[in-house]
Amino acid sequence: MKFGVIVFPGSNCDWDAYWAVRSALGEDVAFVWHKEETLPADLDCLILPGGFSYGDYLRSGAIARFSPIMNAVIRFARAGGLIMGICNGFQILCEIGLLPGAFLRNRCLRFLCCTVFVRVERSDTPFTNTLRSGAVLRIPIAHGEGNYYVPPDMLRGLEQHGQVLFRYCDAQGRVTESANPNGSVANIAGVVNREGNVLGLMPHPERACDPLLGNADGLSIFQAIRHFCSAERPILMVT
Amino acid sequence: MSSFRVAAVVTLRRSIADVQGTTVEQALHIIGFPRIEHVRIGKYIEMNVVAASAEEARAYVEEACRRLLANPVIEDYRVTEVEPVAELQVG
Repeated sequence: MKFGVIVFPGSNCDWDAYWAVRSALGEDVAFVWHKEETLPADLDCLILPGGFSYGDYLRSGAIARFSPIMNAVIRFARAGGLIMGICNGFQILCEIGLLPGAFLRNRCLRFLCCTVFVRVERSDTPFTNTLRSGAVLRIPIAHGEGNYYVPPDMLRGLEQHGQVLFRYCDAQGRVTESANPNGSVANIAGVVNREGNVLGLMPHPERACDPLLGNADGLSIFQAIRHFCSAERPILMVT
Repeated sequence: MSSFRVAAVVTLRRSIADVQGTTVEQALHIIGFPRIEHVRIGKYIEMNVVAASAEEARAYVEEACRRLLANPVIEDYRVTEVEPVAELQVG
């Protein structure tokens, strides 16, 4: 299978994502410069990596959403292609409207760089199909504007349609206020679109893909994507 | 067509807690400004716009606010100033 990693000016987790796919997962991967207008053919999964695209000027992701490649990204999403936006990639997907919501500054007003626990909320998705629902992953976060916000009515819709895929929790999987690092509404760390093929998450699974570095929990998400793509009859999540 | 100096202010929506504003408000209270309340921090953006009239310049910037300068999920915007730019007098 083949992954793509988009490179925006200011992306700084592009090589981490590339390495996670190439070395840790052992699959094919190609960079895509943001000024391209088409994606490589035969792409199975596209990654929008973390970083500070366009310096995070105005709002995180606000300017990157107008990059030339983004029209192709929208077409890829509508055709059912898998997209994973990590951190700044999540912010860009929200700005362009492929995912609901927006980001506020962390409640503590500080940039956070640490490892957190997230709970897998459902296992019947392309991104979690090899994990069990309720599983707890240790994944690093690194963001200043990771305080995910949706208005109350939109939050009800997200919950009703099972779009919340990851929630900040403690080591035992309890979703508590003290386990919420940045103030995100309902402890949300990752959401999918209604169709289930576009994921955005603030934690960085690509930074936790090698036991030598102390943590390989993030690799499980990449393995789930591969498992989904290798299935004979891939079934998109129906909500 | 004339040139106008236009300013827009973008703030978090009223329904959203402004942690920065609250922190600044507490600091103001500590240093002796107890009568200041409801502090909101926002962005001030000013720009020149070529337009046929002040009204057109305002509408143009409001559209820019909707498309890019503000995110309607979390932010409100308002155009606060529209002033003609004085022509440069040469010689």
